[in-house]
Amino acid sequence: MEMFANSSSISKGMGEVVASDEPHVLAVDDNLVDRKLVEILLKKSSCKVTTAEDGLRALEYLGLAAHQDSSANSNGSKVNMIITDYCMPGMTGYELLKKIKESSMMKDVPVVIMSSENIPTRINQCMEEGAQIFMLKPLKHSDVERLRCQIMQCRG
Amino acid sequence: MEVGQLQRSFVEYMASLFREGFLDAQFSQLQQLQDDSNPDFVVEVVSLFFEDSERLLNDLTMALDQPNVDFKQVDAHVHQLKGSSSSVGAQRVKNCCVPFRNCCEEQNTETCLRCLQQIKQEYLLVKNKLQTLFELEQQIVAAGGAIPMVQ
Repeated sequence: MEMFANSSSISKGMGEVVASDEPHVLAVDDNLVDRKLVEILLKKSSCKVTTAEDGLRALEYLGLAAHQDSSANSNGSKVNMIITDYCMPGMTGYELLKKIKESSMMKDVPVVIMSSENIPTRINQCMEEGAQIFMLKPLKHSDVERLRCQIMQCRG
Repeated sequence: MEVGQLQRSFVEYMASLFREGFLDAQFSQLQQLQDDSNPDFVVEVVSLFFEDSERLLNDLTMALDQPNVDFKQVDAHVHQLKGSSSSVGAQRVKNCCVPFRNCCEEQNTETCLRCLQQIKQEYLLVKNKLQTLFELEQQIVAAGGAIPMVQ
């Protein structure tokens, strides 16, 4: 069963050929429609996109899951940004953010939190934990364009 | 029917959907995202919305049919439905979700069932409207015309 979907049709095996100026974004959302939407928005902004349907699968992709050892072949080093929904079953976006910030390999990668609800305490909680930005859903093209500029600046 | 007529019908129909509140600005966003590299984007996303909604409506029906209703579960389903309807611009469906969530909070099965009934109606209406819209598009393309961009 396909757990992730890559926008490129190149084999996921030993390595991917990526245009070096195309940021690679991992998008995490349990909602089918939102996953499709964020994927297209990111592709439109010339990003390579990998989607995951929950926090655990996202961590597995990054090589950060509890059952993975640190020498596991992971994609973490290729990811330039993670964008995640806040409300997800099992592991929330906030919990995923924490795990990412706890990892020595991934802690400097910008994490964007999306939510359909504008709750100040939630926003503060995420920002304090190191989220790059908090975005309200539904996402628009202009939101993602803005994000892309930020990622490119982060890469230096 | 000739192309010009079909295109005019399309524009009018689309305008009516916005005017009557079936669709909101988010739907326009989806249309703007469609281009040569994603030519069927709107149909794809809307199809996912149909699939997702029907599954959720079934889940809601079953959840509310239980002797001991798990209102947290019901609320979780409504939250999902609110999310996807909001993301495609299905405004009326989205608007039904807010009172529904209130009923979940009050743990009132009867009012929840009424909300479910309402949402099902709104969903079927918008599904019907969107399918008609897509059919009109197909007719225009079959007649050799281009789909008009509606602001």
